[in-house]
Amino acid sequence: MTLKAQSTHETENIVGKIDKILIDEALIESTANDSSPLISSAQPLQPLSYRHAFMLVLKRDLTIAMRHKDDMINPLLFFVIVVTLFPLGIGPEAQTLSRIAPGIIWVAALLATLLSLDRLFKSDHHDGSLEQMLLSPHPIFILVLAKIFAHWLITGLPLILIAPLLAVLLHLDENSYTALLLTLLLGTPVLSLLGAVGVALTVGIKKGGVLLSLLVLPLYIPVLIFATSAIDTAALGLPYSGQLAIIAALFFGSLTLAPFAVGAALKVSTN
Amino acid sequence: MWKWLHPYANPEVSYHFTNKLLPWLSVLSAIFLSIGLVWALLFAPADYQQGHSFRIFYIHVPAASLSMGIYFAMAVAAFSSLVWQLKLADASAAAMAPVGASFTAIALITGAAWGKPMWGTWWIWDARLTSELILLFLYLGVIALHNAFEDKNLAGKAAGILTLVGVINIPIIKYSVDWWNTLHQGSTVSKLGKPSMSLDMLWPFIFCFIGFSLLVGVIICLRFRNEILARNSIRPWVRELVKNNSSQ
Repeated sequence: MTLKAQSTHETENIVGKIDKILIDEALIESTANDSSPLISSAQPLQPLSYRHAFMLVLKRDLTIAMRHKDDMINPLLFFVIVVTLFPLGIGPEAQTLSRIAPGIIWVAALLATLLSLDRLFKSDHHDGSLEQMLLSPHPIFILVLAKIFAHWLITGLPLILIAPLLAVLLHLDENSYTALLLTLLLGTPVLSLLGAVGVALTVGIKKGGVLLSLLVLPLYIPVLIFATSAIDTAALGLPYSGQLAIIAALFFGSLTLAPFAVGAALKVSTN
Repeated sequence: MWKWLHPYANPEVSYHFTNKLLPWLSVLSAIFLSIGLVWALLFAPADYQQGHSFRIFYIHVPAASLSMGIYFAMAVAAFSSLVWQLKLADASAAAMAPVGASFTAIALITGAAWGKPMWGTWWIWDARLTSELILLFLYLGVIALHNAFEDKNLAGKAAGILTLVGVINIPIIKYSVDWWNTLHQGSTVSKLGKPSMSLDMLWPFIFCFIGFSLLVGVIICLRFRNEILARNSIRPWVRELVKNNSSQ
């Protein structure tokens, strides 16, 4: 019984790998196709091909994630468990909990993101597809952005979806539910973007996990501060658009700058 | 315009230049530090509010500002290494990181020692203290990344990228911590602030500051020299050097 289950799991794995290779080949083919008409005719295909490459990488990453669902579910479970631990450690009084709920949810979200970051580049680095990506004629910026976006869809979005449930468990003030969701919506992409820089730097190192947290967590501090303060302000019934604007600024800043850093770091890591 | 700088990209030239620089820096820093510290700790007038315990200021403030200055210098080195592919710039950044971390730690420890008699507590989550602590974390991250790679050239490049990411983030972190602090508690500490100093107190401070800066220069030169030797240990000129040294 267990043997059978294992074997089916393995075939699934193999199918997944073949699929991955196929998609990789499609990526390479598409890049080959893009370059030839550029030489022969003056038809400007460049903007279309950027989107094409972005969609290909995104689709590929999402397919792989769908084949390994535990990669998706485990960080989410970790998030839920960490949040559950706090009431057990601090005490079940509703007042205390609602006071510290924003901090708990956000710190747990930081840690869950950190835990899931590892899979962003690691498996691609192991099987060599990362190097192929770096060798492709498409700008690394686009490919990296697609990978980060896929990572956010896989780990950030489920976090946002489950957060209201945890907020109920922690007696979060009713006024601050929208603030919680908005800050998570704007803040978790920042976490993925900044985290990608750390992963890209440590992907070539054997024991990169602990190092990663040391590199990335200090950079997460601004997001944590503004997000929790927005939620706190919302609980008081005051406008919190200022904090949201700053998180949005952090989002757009990291959206434009982080992929460059990730590209440079990946070039160093893959050497 | 920058042509005079080009020879120093050669490790050997740089090594000998550092050798020449070192005695000057050491002597000057010893002079400035001995004058400054003796003046500051023994002869400068005691503060009318804080008494003698304010004298730790003469170590605390230079250490704190140097900790930020060294990070900036590291970022400049990392930038020039990334843009102009100067391997020696990596070596200098590697030499600077532990020095910066030590000075950040000194600033934190002296700050705690100063805080105990003044505020009655070793630590408060004041904006300045917190951002200094985060600066220490950033330094430790850079050092850890340096140590994680076996290939020194790769380590330098990776740490350089991290340093640049950090230098963009430092103002953001500083600003956000300021914001966070003003939101969470009143400005009890910043009222203390810096008393507008009288000249009797300012002069020893200037001496101390210059002395500590020169001391940083000395330590970085020493470490930089070692980095050059470690990275070029296969080169003939390093072997010559070792031979000459051992025959003396």
